[in-house]
Amino acid sequence: MSGTAPRDRRRGLLGVALTLPGAAWLAVFFLVPLYVVVSISTGTVDPVFRSVVPAWNPADWRGDQFGYVLSRLTGPDGFFGPVMVRTVVYVLLAVAGCLVVAYPVAWFVARHSGRRRGLVLALIVAPFWISYMMRMLAWVNLLADDGLVNRLLGGAGLVADPVTFLSGRPTTVVLGLVYGYVPYMILPMYAALDRISPALLEAARDLGAGRFETFRRVVLPMSVPGVLAGLVLVALPMTGDYFTNDLLSASPSTAMLGNLINTSVANPSQAGQAGALVLILVLAMAAPMLLYVRSSVRSDLAS
Amino acid sequence: MTAVPATAPAPTPPLTRGRSWRGPWRPPYVLAAVTVGYLVWSLAPVLLAVLFSFNSGRSRSTWQGFSMRWYYADPTLSVLHDESLRRALTHTLTLGLLTTLVAVPLGVAFALGLDRWHGRLPASANFTMLLSFVIPEIVLAVGLFYMITLLATPFVLGTTAQVVGLVTFQLSYPVVIVRARLATIGPQYEEAARDLGASAFGAMRRVLLPMLMPAIFTSAVLVFADVLDDFVIVRYLSSDAFTETTSIKIYNTARGAPTPALNAVATLMLVASFVVVLLGWLAVRRFGRGQEEPGSLGAFAGQV
Repeated sequence: MSGTAPRDRRRGLLGVALTLPGAAWLAVFFLVPLYVVVSISTGTVDPVFRSVVPAWNPADWRGDQFGYVLSRLTGPDGFFGPVMVRTVVYVLLAVAGCLVVAYPVAWFVARHSGRRRGLVLALIVAPFWISYMMRMLAWVNLLADDGLVNRLLGGAGLVADPVTFLSGRPTTVVLGLVYGYVPYMILPMYAALDRISPALLEAARDLGAGRFETFRRVVLPMSVPGVLAGLVLVALPMTGDYFTNDLLSASPSTAMLGNLINTSVANPSQAGQAGALVLILVLAMAAPMLLYVRSSVRSDLAS
Repeated sequence: MTAVPATAPAPTPPLTRGRSWRGPWRPPYVLAAVTVGYLVWSLAPVLLAVLFSFNSGRSRSTWQGFSMRWYYADPTLSVLHDESLRRALTHTLTLGLLTTLVAVPLGVAFALGLDRWHGRLPASANFTMLLSFVIPEIVLAVGLFYMITLLATPFVLGTTAQVVGLVTFQLSYPVVIVRARLATIGPQYEEAARDLGASAFGAMRRVLLPMLMPAIFTSAVLVFADVLDDFVIVRYLSSDAFTETTSIKIYNTARGAPTPALNAVATLMLVASFVVVLLGWLAVRRFGRGQEEPGSLGAFAGQV
């Protein structure tokens, strides 16, 4: 095959030349920042200036910052523990809320929307083009003390004083997270449910399964990949979210891990702590992240 | 399965018996109600926020009549005359444009490269790219913030830093979309061009790239619209009031006592985003003629 060898090599060289800029960009602006975070979280604090001294050399890595965070999980100084627990609880509740809303909507669009599918899909996609901050601003307007919701409640005589929805209410924060992230779950679910052939459902019914049995034994198992993708795609950003909380609650009583990171970064003497918290976030989310990346690589290879 | 002796077949139900002949599926009233309810819940608050940007009074909850006061008529507080709001708007659009101009070519080249180069190095580059797609934004933002403030990088916090961070975070969109398109195109067109005497580069430029145009436009629209929406990266990497975007502006003032001018800025951002999506959709249709399934709605939502 001497005729094709130089051609293949040239094609290969072109591939290398095309890949390198992007690969170099990711190395410098994605991997290096991650390493900086590791170095900060394993570094020390300058005793005079209270500024962080990163440990660039892995031989100098120290666990002080992690020790500091871990020692304050429980006990009298335990101000990190409750935040971690709260993050897990809020994210689980909000993800469950997304699932409850997204599944029926995705199923309806995939199977029953008929001629209106284009319109319904466009409306479901619309939140992607509306900035997240604007969607939160809309709720701040509605839930404010003099907002429409309080007006309606007061006008109907249901409450005497305005309800302070926006000061440290866990329900508001969790519902805000559901509102913010549920579109990201509907689409992968819709894609998975849309792939289920109606013939399979008809076959299940022909073989004697009822409506619920058809759903439980055919639709549900076949939608698992889409559900998993949706769960990962909302759980990951939610766990690092701090702005939803800041806008809808602004109270330490509902603070999550993201808020902790954000306030630590704002304070230069807490840089090490910020780094350690970011790494804890990455470690906690490592399993779903790798799950997602692995399944993407696999579907790549399959195509 | 045991053989069932053939007995007389069940009598076929008459075709005119109401809805039962249409099959055993009941009309999905509950599902339809949930979907309509969801759409109202998801869009009505935003529509109300848009509506109140046209309020003639200061309130964002009591309708006091229609006016364009908060857009341009008010001499000090309107978007046109409030320096900080106008700057936020133009800065956001600038970031969107710059990021798209860098991220899309870089990502398209990266995708074409990964398609040609196989081995351990490109595989780990691909892995890193996918990781940058799923990692919580705050991790990348904090990392870049400390990298820029602690290391002697050639640039400081501000517009350049924001573009660098946004490109890093958005790079995966063009890569994933173009790779998906490459997989459906297959190698045969390029091979035919080579057999007809085109160089490797020529075949790519004159055969593959035109076929990739819909995917490239789709990813450009996605990147641009996603940058307009970005908050975490632009806030950590901003330096001062001159590098504030509309999302930072909303975050900083939403809970204070903002005027409907804030709603007006958000509405203008919304319009910008929809215009870009519409233009992108038209471009995809224009360039996708003769190709199967030009970028569908799903592709516009990042669903690839």
